[in-house]
Formats: sequence, structure tokens, C-alpha cells
Amino acid sequence: MIGERWFGALLVIALGVALTFLTLPLVAIFVDVGPGELVASLGEPGTLAALRLSLETTAIALAVIVLLGTPAAWLLATRSFRGRSIAVTLVELPLVVPPAVAGIALLAALGPQGILGERVSAAGPELVFQTAGVVVALTFVASPFYIRQALAAFGALDPALLEASRTLGASEARTFVAVALPNALPGLVAGGALAWGRALGEFGATLVFAGSLSGVTQTAPLAIYERFANDFTGALALSAVLVAVSATILLGAKLVSGGRVLGDARA
Amino acid sequence: MLALDAQTALGALELDVALEVAPAECLALVGPSGAGKTSVLRIVAGLMRPDSGWVRCDGEPWLDTERGVSLAPDRRRVGFLFQDYALFPNLCAWRNVAYGMDRVPRAQRRVRALELLERFGMAALAEARPRTLSGGERQRVSLARALAREPRALLLDEPLSALDARTRALASRELAALLRAAGVPAILVTHDFEEAALLADRVAVIDGGRIVQTGTAAELAAAPGSAFVADLTGAVVLAGTARPDGTGLTEVELDGGGRVTSTDVAAGSVAVTVHPWEVSLERGGAEATGSAQNRLPVTVASVAQIGNRVRVGLMATQPLTAELTEAAARDLGLVPGAAAVAVWKATATRLIAR
Repeated sequence: MIGERWFGALLVIALGVALTFLTLPLVAIFVDVGPGELVASLGEPGTLAALRLSLETTAIALAVIVLLGTPAAWLLATRSFRGRSIAVTLVELPLVVPPAVAGIALLAALGPQGILGERVSAAGPELVFQTAGVVVALTFVASPFYIRQALAAFGALDPALLEASRTLGASEARTFVAVALPNALPGLVAGGALAWGRALGEFGATLVFAGSLSGVTQTAPLAIYERFANDFTGALALSAVLVAVSATILLGAKLVSGGRVLGDARA
Repeated sequence: MLALDAQTALGALELDVALEVAPAECLALVGPSGAGKTSVLRIVAGLMRPDSGWVRCDGEPWLDTERGVSLAPDRRRVGFLFQDYALFPNLCAWRNVAYGMDRVPRAQRRVRALELLERFGMAALAEARPRTLSGGERQRVSLARALAREPRALLLDEPLSALDARTRALASRELAALLRAAGVPAILVTHDFEEAALLADRVAVIDGGRIVQTGTAAELAAAPGSAFVADLTGAVVLAGTARPDGTGLTEVELDGGGRVTSTDVAAGSVAVTVHPWEVSLERGGAEATGSAQNRLPVTVASVAQIGNRVRVGLMATQPLTAELTEAAARDLGLVPGAAAVAVWKATATRLIAR
């Protein structure tokens, strides 16, 4: 009995230390400088531009990721073919590639001297030092977070539901839209939130591939880094806003998918 | 008419099945789990493609591996009742029913779905989500959904197994009536012989991927072709060695001891089968009084009430079962551990070569 109590105490201490370590720095952002100063420094022109750019580029990147990643994940979840596990590994690879390396890799592929560079500029869009380049970097880095989660969500669907739909006369496309998407929605939303959070915090790949031009490619994390050398309060203010936005995204996703999970558990 | 002939490898199992089901006929596929029953339904529905074979419904080829024909599941017009009913959790009951109505104009689908639900006594729950429904209610919505497509064949996978015992009796009566009314060939898969006897016109016993015997439930129970079929029908099966006894009867020395007599002719290693309702019980030590030839001393192992009968599990050198009326069981004072004598006639004793 005494051994058990001792072990229980150890678990509580471990969680306590972990929670303190993980939340203290985030709380400090809001506490270190007074709220008045935080609001005031938000008024600086570069700050709001960086925030707006972050929201715009992450929203476009998320739209691209969802539109492309959802059917790709469906294919990986429902077909067995040669090289399927290789395909899954390739999709997950950007998760473990260091962001700066991702930026270099994007330059090597799509940059002016990259292997596809000429074709890209011939097709129209300039990517390097352009807002479009930010979207490319964000999409590259964040898409595995969504595709992995979508793959798991589709894989967790009861296969009998999909088969029932087919025997009821629905094509695969209708089955995907009418049965798979609505029933996998909580998982898809969770994946979208993870990818969005990752894209909001993206730093290395964006900096290397798109640069840090104020108003064009300088997203909020890049603006924070630039400010932190000579305007620590400004860096703190922007950080506080990013923490708030990220926490809201995470909470919103938990509400959407968590409500569903609770509902299912009651059944 | 629904007919198929298909061969396919399922892991270690070699499935090789040929079947014909007439319009308005219900064929039950009965066998243990892993025998390949559900795979037969999946092949008919197009959810699984066999290595070779064909499926035809009303003369229309749904599958013919030789000619490269394989209709997608959505083009086969089957009504498939899944084991756990597979209702779409995101749709309410009537939308589940309306899901397959691709030939009904959109504006009329709700009315048609409500009509069908009404037939199953489910109209009041038309707006309910599946997770709020009981097992019996889900089964009825699922049946309504399968019929809404006006299928040309019905495929039912263990339709009663997800229900509790109380709901099951009612649901099986409803299902039997529905199968007769539907007027299309139906294949029903079950591991329960009683369920098959109740619902199906004909029973095919499947074991290890092959159909081992086909007939009406009564035929299978009266003349099982193998010990496996006898065991499946609920008969007592005892192993032993047979030899003629010199008076025109056959005497069987049971493995482990004991001796029984049968009017069947057999020699060598046999399975002795007798229906539990042919076996009566007498108090242990009582003198032989009736004409029955077979008398085995037994110990009562279990006593279970089934409706107005009592099913008594017995242990001799091999286990056997007797079915008595409640009054008879009370008179004999049957409790687990009590000694008794199991008695049955040589004419009720079937012998099957092993």
C-alpha cells in the first residue's frame, strides 16, 4: 500500500512539473509587460501588417492542404496497392525534416536556380521573396499534420458503413461525400487545427525560401524575431496575440471534435 | 432466381460454393464462424471479388470472371442487412431509409421512407438518430432501408445476432413474415440452426468453405449426413465403434465405455446421434421398465429452462443432452450432481460413418 501511494505521488509530481514548465513561459508573455503597453505596441504599423499576412497566408495554405490532402488521404486509407506504405512515409517526411532544410529544399526545387525554377517563372508566379512563396513554405511544412490525421480518421470509419452505402446504390464519390466526410469530420477538424497551428508558427522554411520582407513575406513569427533585438515589448505583444490565436484554434477544434466524441460515448 | 458458383482463397480457407435460390425462397447458410458464410454474401453483393466464378440474378450476369464481367456493388440492386446494421450515424432514421431511393423523385422520398418505417412500426422514430435507437429498432430501420431500394435479392448477415433474447423472438417472427412478403430470393447467414429452421425454406450447411449438406431443416435434423451436421442441428453426438449384434441390429461400443444399439446398419468407427427430445430420464438405479433398448447411467451436469421445456445437460463417458417437460423434471428432482439413467429407443438412434 505504501509503495502504491509513493508511486501515485510520483505521478502527480511529474504532471505538476510538466504543466508548470509548459505553461509558465506562455503565462509570462502576458505578465512580463503590462496589458496597456501590449495594446499600445500593437498599434505600430508593421505589427498589424505581419498579423494580417500570417492569417491570410495560413488560411490559403490550409485551404490548399484540405482540398488536396483530403482526397489523397482517402485514397491512402481505402486502397491497398504496391508502394502504399512508401507513399505514406513520403507524405509524413516533412514532419521530421528541419524547417530550415525544408526552406533550402524548396529553393533547390522551385527557386530561380532550382530544378523547376525556370518552368515556375515561365508559368507566372514569382515565389521567392513573394507572398505566394510564404504559402508554398507553409503548405509544405504543415500538410503532413493534416494528412496524417485525415488518414487516421478515414481508417477509423466502420467499413460496413461504406459498404452499406455502396449496396444502397451510391457510387464511391457519393459514399465519400455523404458518408465518409460527415462521419470522419471530427478527425478532419482536429487535423486542420494541428496544421493551422503549425503553419501559424512556421519560421525557418519561410525565412529561407521567402525571406522576411515587411508587408510581403514577413509573417508574425518573423516579425517577432526582427523586433526581439531592439523592441522586446513589441515582440512580447505580438507573441501574446499569436498565443491567443493558437489557443483559440486548439480550443475550437477540441469543442468541435470533442463534443462529437462525447456524443458517441453516450450511445 | 439468384445463382452463384464461386471459388476463392480466403487466407488458409479455400471457399468453393455453388448455390441456387428461387424467387421468394429463403436459403439459410449455416455454419461455424470462419466457415466462409459472410464471404458468400459479399461475393453476391460485389463487396468481394472471388478468384473465379459467376453470379447471376434473374438471368443478368453480375459477375463472370471468365468473361471479365463484374458489376460494381451499387449496380447490383441487392438489399444487404449488415450484422451490426451499419446505419449511417450522421443521418436520422428516415434519411437512412431514403438513402438508397435513387429511382424515387427527390420530393417523394420522405413520404416513401415514412411509409416504409410505418410498416415496421417505426414512423414515430423517423427523426431519431441511430445511436438513440435500441437494437430491435435499428434492425427495423435497417430492414426498411434495405427494402427501400426494391432489391432483386436480399442478403442478411446474422440478422438477429445483435439483439437480446427477448427482442429476438419478436424480430424473428417479423422477419419471417417479411421474407415471405418480399418475393425475392434471399440468402440468410447464421451460425444458429434454430434461427435457420425458423426463417428459411431451405438450409445449406457450410463448413471449411464448402457446402456439406442442403435440405429443409427437418430433413437435416432427421437425416444428418455427418456428425458435424448432426451436432449443428442440436442432436446428441457420441463417438464409438459399431458392429452387427447378430439379431439384425447394430451394437456400438462408445469410446470411453458404455454400449448403445441402433436399427441403422453400420460397421467400424461411427458417430451415434439422437435428438435430445428422444432421450428420457429415469431415477438412478431404477429397473428397466419400458421397451427402450438404450440405457446409459449418467450424472446431471446442468438444468436449463427453455420456454415450457427443460434442457438437461448430462455426463456419461461422453456428454449428452435430454429435453423434458417441466413437470417431469420436477418429479425426478433433477439437480446438478444427481445420478440418473438416460433412456432412448434403438429406432431413434442414427449412425453416421466417421
